Amino acid sequence: MKDMHRISLRVNGRGHELAVEARRTLADMLRHDLGYTGTHLGCEHGICGACTVLVDGCPVRSCLMFGVQADGTEVSTVEGLSAGEDLSDLQQAFSDHHALQCGFCTPGFLMLAEAYLAQRDAGGSGPPTEAEVRELVAANLCRCTGYQGIIEAVLATAGGRQRAAGPPGTAPDTPPAAAPDTPPGAAASGP
Amino acid sequence: MTGPAVHRSWPGAALADGRPEERTAGRGQWVGRAMARKEDPRMLRGRGRFVGDLTRAGLLHAAFVRSPFASAVVCSVSTGPALRAPGVAAAFTAADLGDPFLLATLERDEFVPTPMPLLAGDRVRFAGEPVAVIVADDAYLAEDAAELVEVEWDPLPAVTGISAATGGAAPAVHEGVAGNCLVDLMMFDDERLGEIFASAPLTVSGVFTSARLAALPLEGRACLAEWDDRDGQLVMHVSTQVPHQVRSAVAQALGLPERAVRVIAPDVGGGFGLKCVVGREEVTVAAAALRLRRPVRWVEDRQENLTASFHGHEQRYQVRAAFGADGAILALDADIECDVGAYSAYPFTCAVEPLMAASELPGVYKVPAYRARGRAIATNKAPTAPYRGVSRPQIVLVMERLMEKAARALGTDPLQLRRLNMISPGEFPYTGVNGITYDEGSYRESLDLAERRVAGSGWHAERDALRGAGMWAGIGYACFSERTGYGTPTMSLRRMRMTPGYDTAMVRMDPTGEVIVTTGTCGHGQGHETTFAQIVADRLGVHPDQVRLRQGDTDLVAYGWGTFASRSIVIGGGAAARAADQVADQLRQVAGALLEASAADVELREGCARIRGDRQAAIGLSELARVAYFQTHTLPEALRYGLEARASFDPPGTFSNACHAAMVAIDPGTCAIRLHRYLVVEDCGVVINPLIVDGQVLGGVTQGVAAALLERIRYDDQGQPASATLMDYLPPTAAEMCPLDIVHLQTPSRLDDTGAKGMGEGGMIGAPAAVLNAVNDALSPAGAEFDHIPVLAGDVCAALAAAATGGTPGGEGAA
Repeated sequence: MKDMHRISLRVNGRGHELAVEARRTLADMLRHDLGYTGTHLGCEHGICGACTVLVDGCPVRSCLMFGVQADGTEVSTVEGLSAGEDLSDLQQAFSDHHALQCGFCTPGFLMLAEAYLAQRDAGGSGPPTEAEVRELVAANLCRCTGYQGIIEAVLATAGGRQRAAGPPGTAPDTPPAAAPDTPPGAAASGP
Repeated sequence: MTGPAVHRSWPGAALADGRPEERTAGRGQWVGRAMARKEDPRMLRGRGRFVGDLTRAGLLHAAFVRSPFASAVVCSVSTGPALRAPGVAAAFTAADLGDPFLLATLERDEFVPTPMPLLAGDRVRFAGEPVAVIVADDAYLAEDAAELVEVEWDPLPAVTGISAATGGAAPAVHEGVAGNCLVDLMMFDDERLGEIFASAPLTVSGVFTSARLAALPLEGRACLAEWDDRDGQLVMHVSTQVPHQVRSAVAQALGLPERAVRVIAPDVGGGFGLKCVVGREEVTVAAAALRLRRPVRWVEDRQENLTASFHGHEQRYQVRAAFGADGAILALDADIECDVGAYSAYPFTCAVEPLMAASELPGVYKVPAYRARGRAIATNKAPTAPYRGVSRPQIVLVMERLMEKAARALGTDPLQLRRLNMISPGEFPYTGVNGITYDEGSYRESLDLAERRVAGSGWHAERDALRGAGMWAGIGYACFSERTGYGTPTMSLRRMRMTPGYDTAMVRMDPTGEVIVTTGTCGHGQGHETTFAQIVADRLGVHPDQVRLRQGDTDLVAYGWGTFASRSIVIGGGAAARAADQVADQLRQVAGALLEASAADVELREGCARIRGDRQAAIGLSELARVAYFQTHTLPEALRYGLEARASFDPPGTFSNACHAAMVAIDPGTCAIRLHRYLVVEDCGVVINPLIVDGQVLGGVTQGVAAALLERIRYDDQGQPASATLMDYLPPTAAEMCPLDIVHLQTPSRLDDTGAKGMGEGGMIGAPAAVLNAVNDALSPAGAEFDHIPVLAGDVCAALAAAATGGTPGGEGAA
């Protein structure tokens, strides 16, 4: 007899209710029960970070969390980063800086970077250094790019958002990329 | 259909004032541009389509039961309890499937074939070898049931390394194979060798070893097989670099005609060679789907990927080189042993490493007399496949270490010694002692430029500052060339029963003027959808957005050889260029007929056919295409019935080249080795897309640095895998890398239509030697020297301790 639990959660702003087996990982639940296959599994033991999604705004390895633990949360996946055919500033920067090749690890890096950038936006910090971003990017594995393009893309996005927000300490004259009540990574992000 | 209001900007459109276009040799309007990749938007939006993302009604999931022993007799396999577990649809053993196998063969007497059963029957030869497969309603249930399969094993002693496997009393991995030697080739056996070594002023020798590596694509292997009653076909979606070879393997192993198998590679999450061979699991899943007439999927997990797929690069070189008093190489003598694991992989066989190493060892250097013995040694470890670089990282390491050792013995500058021995600018094409003809490259220029750039961008000051701060710091170089894009003229020398090499492209313009290109190559991250479009767009005068590449579907493209060995842009791109040229001719003729001009006077540019010297006469390509399909009766007979062409290309191969420089710093306290600076001066001929070329270099160097400093697959002396997780096998993160400086030289290839040379592997090939030379340069004041990779902190500590106590420096080596 499967140990099933009824849960509800929001994914990229959309509500879902489902019954999920206790042992089912959040990654499998998102991919196979809810159809968010943009989240990829690279190692299933928490090292590679390809499966990174945001749970209530915080990056988590969705292979290390059970689906039932997401009950009542707001989950953001790569599918929510941009609406329609437009790319978000971060996604566009990934393309501009050739931060992806096979694309398998890319959703994890995007979500990791999105959370980082949103945190920085919220904290009003100045532009990050290359060393800071390199340390961030070291959280996940990519086998194709050598990371250089990923680091450049995150730096460029941070710089772009900084410019859009105006000099530090002044009130931004354009709204921030994500509305305050929208979790980072949800559809509203992007210029 | 074209989308509405597509905006396309035409670079060069502003050049109507008659000044020459910004072209260089071999470049076109689109070739040479750092275009953003057409692949990117779907990947960035999470809309890539990998095998694991596919859904099917009634999909079953496979889980394999694998051997816990490196060598054992399989006394019995009982699937009864597993079959009674919840959700289980079927279980198969070797006997259930009729003992099918994969056979990779060379037509050489020196080669011992090792048929690889899809499921092992009475004997397992490495830990991780599958003996049964469970098929169930979901992956969790399949894994539960796999644990219920009862296997009775009779463990046997295992051999786990080259020395152990070749010793007199070594257990046999395959019955009756003497010394566990599957290939033993003596090549270029120059009878003058003994005499030259006897009289040479200097002989330098060494033993060089490299550890076993995992290719480690972020997406492991995966396949989904289903029977299609309507087409009478087994349709397989496989994460592969070589769809047609998977089709051939499945057809051969399961006794099907090839038309009854269709293999589709959807988006593939990296390969690096691991997916240019056919896995037994993929064929087993095909067999299960065929029997059950239900869709079955298997997605490899990371432990399977690290222990039960394929490895590579575990090699030992015993080499001596004779030098004249002036520093010129007089002779080279190499004994090369490759630990190839338990089986030959289909279709390349276990000879791929020793053959590559023995035939290409001299590299960029002029070697007048040469002998190489290459052996493939079977061990009770996972089989090996062509992982990125295939023996070239090792042979470059060997030659570059020999140069350093000889320079030290001669008291000369090691870069000067390289220049003295290198094939010089006036000597191309150069045919070496190994019978290989090296087409024109920039061997000397790339070394000169690298040396100047290192000097001019502060490397020496930075090294000295590091030394001043108490670190061990050093700089190393590596010079190499890499044969790329080689077809059957070269591949046939290996005498594979299946000889790869040619490829075929089809180019078709549709009635709206949009272009479809099909190719037998199979990109999986290299951006072929973009670069092929750039090549074809230039030749047809269309925008790359109007060119769509279709690849990776055996029902859609001509028989082809997929993507490996840095072949795709040369061979696939070359075939596409040829087919596009034919379609361009067709367009010119149709335009000539409609504009009443000679086809020879028609130019195809910016979406239009124009008559040279006539500013008024022009007709849009979409209008030409419309006429070519819908107003056929208005055209001369010879021009009727569509705009399409097919072309093949089968070149002998063209050599890319590069010079790498690395600076490392070693902390004297922790002995940790850190990469500080890295420079690549590379020449891959005409660069189709600089963004993509840089990406290949960056990724390749990162894998090469990992081979030099981080990664190794380990087994214990019982043959138990000790690198089964990513906590034990350590690919580099961003933190282990430093920014790379990349400089391009462009010596167009004369051997293909695009002028391009392959460059998928170069980064990986040069990096281990450059990094190892840098480590040795750093530690030279301490008298420590390494000839193995990876060099780990523990090796440095041991060597420094030994040097301090007057012991033998050098560590114990990796093998």
